[in-house]
Amino acid sequence: MVYDILIVGAGPGGLTAGMYGSRAKLSTAIIEKGKAGGQAATTTEMENYPGFFRETTGPGVMGEFEAHAKQFGTVFLKGNVTEVSLEGEVKSVTTSAGETYQARAIILAPGAEPRTIGVPGEGKLRGKGVSYCATCDADFFEELDVVVIGSGDAAIEEAMYLTKFVESVTIVVIHDEGILDCNKRSAQKAFENSKFKWVWNSTVEEIQGDEMVEGVLVKNIRTGEKRVLEVNGVFVFIGAQPKTDFLKGKITLDEWGYIPTSEKMETNIAGVYAVGDARAKYLRQVVTAAADGAIAACAAEKFLEGHVEGRLTREDIENLTKGAK
Amino acid sequence: MIELNKENFEAEVLQAEGLVFVDFWSEKCEPCMALMPEVIAFAEKNAGKAKFCKLDTAGNKRLAISQKVMGIPTLVFYKNGEKVHTFDAGMIDSGGIAAVQKKLDELV
Repeated sequence: MVYDILIVGAGPGGLTAGMYGSRAKLSTAIIEKGKAGGQAATTTEMENYPGFFRETTGPGVMGEFEAHAKQFGTVFLKGNVTEVSLEGEVKSVTTSAGETYQARAIILAPGAEPRTIGVPGEGKLRGKGVSYCATCDADFFEELDVVVIGSGDAAIEEAMYLTKFVESVTIVVIHDEGILDCNKRSAQKAFENSKFKWVWNSTVEEIQGDEMVEGVLVKNIRTGEKRVLEVNGVFVFIGAQPKTDFLKGKITLDEWGYIPTSEKMETNIAGVYAVGDARAKYLRQVVTAAADGAIAACAAEKFLEGHVEGRLTREDIENLTKGAK
Repeated sequence: MIELNKENFEAEVLQAEGLVFVDFWSEKCEPCMALMPEVIAFAEKNAGKAKFCKLDTAGNKRLAISQKVMGIPTLVFYKNGEKVHTFDAGMIDSGGIAAVQKKLDELV
């Protein structure tokens, strides 16, 4: 069959697009390789989605998003999309298992994954002390010392979660003393927590250990001084990178791999939209992903009715990529 | 799949002849839970080619660490009690269960 709307990715952006599309009586399907919920489903610490603040968790809220889309009839397909054919009236996506699905409009919601630091030892010691998921791995580090790399919202909030398990959390921050990238509320909570230790003006040069993490080589970027912190775990939270490799050459991406869109979530191809963390935008949160999803589904509906062209022009893209950071 | 724990790990994995597959997982780990249905399907499809096991790391933390597993999901192949290949979370994310299938076919 040919769906009206096919959504690639079941994070908050994709799930919201599914709910809006189905509610508009369009045949709407979401294809997802893993479990619904995206990155939000991997963190228990979530207290900034409006209306959900009493003991709510990422998986909890995402479960509600999924149920909401299902309630209006969104079809859930399982598969890892590796190929796309986006030109023309009927578009298609193909999975790694070789299954092909067709639709007249596509909403890309592939999301992002944790960015790696790219230092020696990081790849080799993943799963052996190097982690990108506090809820997955915190248990292993009970009464041990760990390092957290990064100082954004995710880094500080995940570090806070880690303090429930570990002996100490040392946060390596590139900025001057007292300066964090996270929101002020989280910063204040972190500074008041006695399990935190701080290493300022510093970057990680190497993660050391043969079979398990034994230490981290940090460098003070002001003085050039290097020293080793003896720890058993390294948690990396330095932002994300968009999962858009499968779209290279098929759609316009910016130099970082994000998908530029118009205000209506239109990409450079008619009938193809992009939402969520993989889109070039200012703020990547569950609430903004959900907003993107609602807008894309409505724009796709108008496109399917033949009212609009539904495409970002070359000029639009130039203006957008110029403005992007 | 065989549920492993402190009591049976030695006999089922380390003393076992032939190929043994172990999925290190825990309920708190969302990526592990997302992967689990695929792992079960993989085990069913390949029944007879190896012994398929899973280890809940909650409650068996020391056992997991003794196997040099400090992050999950992790999938490990043992052959005659020796660890022969490990898939960490990153490898699972990029290669999917297809990569694990390929490794199994190589090892059989």
